[in-house]
This record gives sequence, C-alpha cells and structure tokens, in this order.
Amino acid sequence: MVNPISWRLATVNGIRDETSSVRSLTLGLPGWPGHRPGQHIDLRLTAEDGYSVERSYSIASEPERDGEIDITVERIPDGEVSPFLDEVVVVGDRLEVRGPIGGYFVWEAALGGPLFLVAGGSGIVPLMAMIRHRHRAGATVPTRLLFSSRYAEEIIYRAELDAFAAAGDGFEVIHTLTRSRPPGWTGYDRRIDDRMLAEVLEPLGVTARTYICGPTALVEVAANALVRLGLPPDRVRTERFGPTGT
Amino acid sequence: MLDHSDDPSVERELDGNALAGVFESMFGGDMTAVPGRCAHCHTVNMVGAMRVYMGGPGAVLRCPACDEVVLRIVETADATYVDARGAAYLVFRRSPEGARG
Repeated sequence: MVNPISWRLATVNGIRDETSSVRSLTLGLPGWPGHRPGQHIDLRLTAEDGYSVERSYSIASEPERDGEIDITVERIPDGEVSPFLDEVVVVGDRLEVRGPIGGYFVWEAALGGPLFLVAGGSGIVPLMAMIRHRHRAGATVPTRLLFSSRYAEEIIYRAELDAFAAAGDGFEVIHTLTRSRPPGWTGYDRRIDDRMLAEVLEPLGVTARTYICGPTALVEVAANALVRLGLPPDRVRTERFGPTGT
Repeated sequence: MLDHSDDPSVERELDGNALAGVFESMFGGDMTAVPGRCAHCHTVNMVGAMRVYMGGPGAVLRCPACDEVVLRIVETADATYVDARGAAYLVFRRSPEGARG
C-alpha cells in the first residue's frame, strides 16, 4: 500500500507568544494541499540517536492561507515534545510533519450552521481554525463559542476573538473562568455545566452543529449534557486532548 | 487535541482523532469519519468518537456507548497488528464522508 501521507519538512517561519505558556508557530509548507478546519498534523522529532517521538497538533489557521499553517502549542511540564517547541525551536528551524489528517472533527462554511463551539483551554485551537475560516470565507452563520479558561491571562487568542465578535457578523464569544476572575468580570465564573450549556445554546437551538474540544472530563460533561438537551448525537463532534486541566 | 498529553507517564484517554495519522498511513485514507459498529452493543459510532487509551504497548479503542473494546492496534518494528474482533463492521465509503451529518 502506498503511504498517502508522507513525512515532509516544514520551516518555522514565525513564532508568536499567545499567553505565558502558549505560543503559536507558523510553519512554511510549500505546496501545502490545504486543510479542512479542525484537521491536525502529526509532528515528529528525531534525536541524534534515532529515538523519535510523534505528537498531533491541531491546525490553528484557516485554510485560505497559502503555503503555511499555524499550530499553537501549550507547554506541558515534563513533556517530551512541548518543551522543545516552547523553548528550543527558533525561526528557520525545520521540523518533520505529515498531514493534514482527520475528517471527523471538521467544519467548513459550506456545512452551514448554526454553529456551537465549546472549548476548554487549548482545546480552542481546532475551533479557532473554524472561526478564522468562517470569518475569512465571509460566512455569517450564527456562531457561539463557549470558552472555558482558568484565569483571564490564560485566555488564548483573546484579542482576536474579541475582534471577530465585534465584527457584527453573527459570531459571539462567551467566556467562563474557573479559577479566579478579575475585578468587573461579567462572564461565567464556574466550570461548564448543564445550565451554562443550556443558556449559551438557547439562541442557536437544538439543530446547531456542535464541536467540543478540550480535556476529556470537559468533553464528556459537555457532550452528555448537550445530548440530554436534545441535540442529535451525530451533530455533536468531540475531540479530547488528554488530562491537562482547565 | 492540541498536544495529546505530552507527559508519557500519564495514561492517556483520548479519542479516535488521536490515531488519525496512524490510521491514515495504514488504511490509505481518513478513518476518523468511518462508522464502525460495536460487536458488543451494536451501536454505530465514527472512529473519531471512540475512546482511545494509549498507555500500554499499543492503542485500544473502546465503544463510547458500552466501553467494550472495538479495536486494538499494536505497532512493532516491522508490522502493525490490528485486533478487530470487537468491531462488527467498519464502513469505508468510496466518496469522502468528511464532516457530513
């Protein structure tokens, strides 16, 4: 069988801090075939002794960009890969990647809406590709993002999300902060629960296409609650990224 | 699925999306949107929605409805072993299924 997805070299074209523990890398990939929002890449690091590790990273950027993609990486202490991406990689480095990969957790403007997005922490990343694509494609499908973070300063893409919400094209972002709130905070102040999901979903109705990405516990809570609220299970797409907390 | 829990000491409970690259290199196309029927409870779920445990020597996919094992995958130096006795069937459509539905 011919391997349909082969490893190729990407060049790090840019590095941008998103928060104190999260940064985005722009990877130059000449001839990139384009991706569907929500897809990911696999990234492989190989040490001089031949030991190699692979990790999956969601693509954060919209497919309309030509020849490059962004990934967003959260530093996980004691991780094998993320400290390298967080501390060692510099512009001009080359990394092995393959992709785009995945077809289940994907939304494109042609699919329509309404669109309900639920993110926990760095689970925002594949949803951001959908949001950026929605904006870039000029789509106006009613879209609500419920975004759970621990602290205000840990909200990834906060300024960009606010700008999209201010565009007046039917995109809204609703934050919840689970650990502490700054003075004057008007968003939610607890972990995502049934009542919060019902309130945020209500304007969209139970036909909303729903994408949930975050830590396993958050995904389980949200997916189960939304099915109880009447969303058809096949409209609730989920992606779990492991036990790191929000 | 930003980084599928980069801490190798933690047993990782993820979902079928985490295996998309491995699957695609094995099967020649996207597997996450492939529906599979659990041989135990007969529920049909897409592979991307199945629970995945990656703490052992391979990966185990479990049915999200009944938690029974649907697929086991072990990669060795020269081969990939797929134990599919927990899957009644998998549906490979000839046109991309993608995010339909």
